[in-house]
Amino acid sequence: MALQDLCNLQHILLESEAAEQSPGRFGEKAASSYESGLHSSSLLDFYIPVAECLDESPIEFGQIRPDQSSCSISSESSPLPSLPFVSSQPVPLPFPMAHGTTTLAFVFQGGVLAAADTRSSCSGLVACPASQKILPIHSHLVGTTSGTSADCALWKRILSRELRLYQLRNGRRLSTSGAAKLLSHMLHPFKGTELCVAATLCGWDDHSGSRRAAQGQKTDLEAVSSDKVSLSKSSFLTQQPCARKEASLSGPSLFYVCSDGSRLQGTLFSVGSGSPYAYSILDQGVQWGLTVAEATSIAREAVYRATYRDAYSGNCVDIYHVTSQGWTRRTREDLKEEYYREKESRRQTHEAEKKML
Amino acid sequence: MLSAQNFGESGKMKEYHYAGPTEHRFSPYAFNGGTVLAVAGEDFAIVASDTRLSEGYSIHSRDSPKCYKLTDTTVLGCSGFHGDCLTLTKIIDARLKMYKHSNNKTMTSGAIAAMLSTILYSRRFFPYYVYNIIGGLDEQGKGAVYSFDPVGSYQRDTYKAGGSASAMLQPLLDNQIGFKNMEGVEHVPLTKDKAVQLVKDVFVSAAERDVYTGDALRICIVTKEGIEEQNIPLRKD
Repeated sequence: MALQDLCNLQHILLESEAAEQSPGRFGEKAASSYESGLHSSSLLDFYIPVAECLDESPIEFGQIRPDQSSCSISSESSPLPSLPFVSSQPVPLPFPMAHGTTTLAFVFQGGVLAAADTRSSCSGLVACPASQKILPIHSHLVGTTSGTSADCALWKRILSRELRLYQLRNGRRLSTSGAAKLLSHMLHPFKGTELCVAATLCGWDDHSGSRRAAQGQKTDLEAVSSDKVSLSKSSFLTQQPCARKEASLSGPSLFYVCSDGSRLQGTLFSVGSGSPYAYSILDQGVQWGLTVAEATSIAREAVYRATYRDAYSGNCVDIYHVTSQGWTRRTREDLKEEYYREKESRRQTHEAEKKML
Repeated sequence: MLSAQNFGESGKMKEYHYAGPTEHRFSPYAFNGGTVLAVAGEDFAIVASDTRLSEGYSIHSRDSPKCYKLTDTTVLGCSGFHGDCLTLTKIIDARLKMYKHSNNKTMTSGAIAAMLSTILYSRRFFPYYVYNIIGGLDEQGKGAVYSFDPVGSYQRDTYKAGGSASAMLQPLLDNQIGFKNMEGVEHVPLTKDKAVQLVKDVFVSAAERDVYTGDALRICIVTKEGIEEQNIPLRKD
């Protein structure tokens, strides 16, 4: 891109993109999609919406352009990609939005497991039988989405962008707790509108590198560039009082963020119309000491039972597993086969019982 | 379409019976009908739409195709509210030109799809009432179809139907192109001629059963040689 060459930005972003970003994010570099943000003077700006009743934004991180408030009201069809402009009078919509889902996530000794169905429904019609409800945000953070699919997809993208900027500015990845807080604060101006996002952020935090950097012992770049928790532990032992606090800050972490303002930490969450059915399976099986195989099978069973009973969940199941090495994805499985297998085994036990009588 | 929204509390259809006191407001939206369809193949993509523009019980025009050529490798099909379709295509054309001037290259199909998603979402609270489907070739020359909802959620598909007859066409495409719910059938990849014939048959069926679809069918076939257009007449009643 011509202007990027002038500004010498392209190669810096590409190098770190290759190291950090995981594959399969909409099939393109995140940096290039916000082209105006890259070569305008406001490289580090964070576009914020301004409702008519607000004079200044409640969001304070990053640098806010002072003329944004007057700009956004007059130029509703501005060519710059900005966050949505909230109109004063809500207009009744002639079409339904996509809703209805089953997503779940839980923490165990092997990391965090996230699972979701793949049906995207629009008041009675299945708009998409193969949608992606678990979106990777960066190499060690994955988010499940529930609510309106457009809202979830776009806000996840905005969150990825902000986390990347944080990483570039501060030299370390933001923790899951921080990312959840960021998302919650970004959604707060839209409280009361019809925005509907209910996401769980599942991540693996790695704080050991950054603490030592703050103490001036190692550079920050190591924490940024490596996925490994392979930093030497010698300094831990000398800092006994804060060692326990540090240990609780790193490792698997799970947060639930909702567009009505909730932000909760937990070890097990299920969100969506099929969540009651999923909870019943998860509550009886999930514990800290599960193996990866056991955890996968419980998550799969929970989604299967939810799709069985909930009309708005169905089709396939996606499972993501987040560990200290990053996230891995299990191949998508069509639950139709499972239904037939179960029917067959029930028929066989029924016949066996009949024979015994 | 028959859904619970069309019925009032007494069980009667809202459009034909009195279902209780209702407030009338000016609605900035209108529904102009039309169906759009896109299919992606190994090295081609097809975007097809009918050409009827209707509103309520009237037909405004029999020659209003809903396929818009964006670049040499990308075609956009949009149906829904015609006013928003026109404005949206104008905005997309302007953004394409801006990109071309500042980056000295044409936008790829994937980039157009991502841009359209942000354009649609920028109007999250007063949306464009348009169902979009982009069909084109990706950077590797393979066919790509991107389908959108009115507020910008999108994903890449192999085939997608949108618009008034989408609920009728999508299951047919699932069966014929996706081979869903068919046992013991060999999954043959779709050739261009077979795909064009399928699209024609599918629209003829749609025109039979959907009142907003008919008049003529415009097919745009995108290959690396360029974009070829065909016009086929449909039922005019």
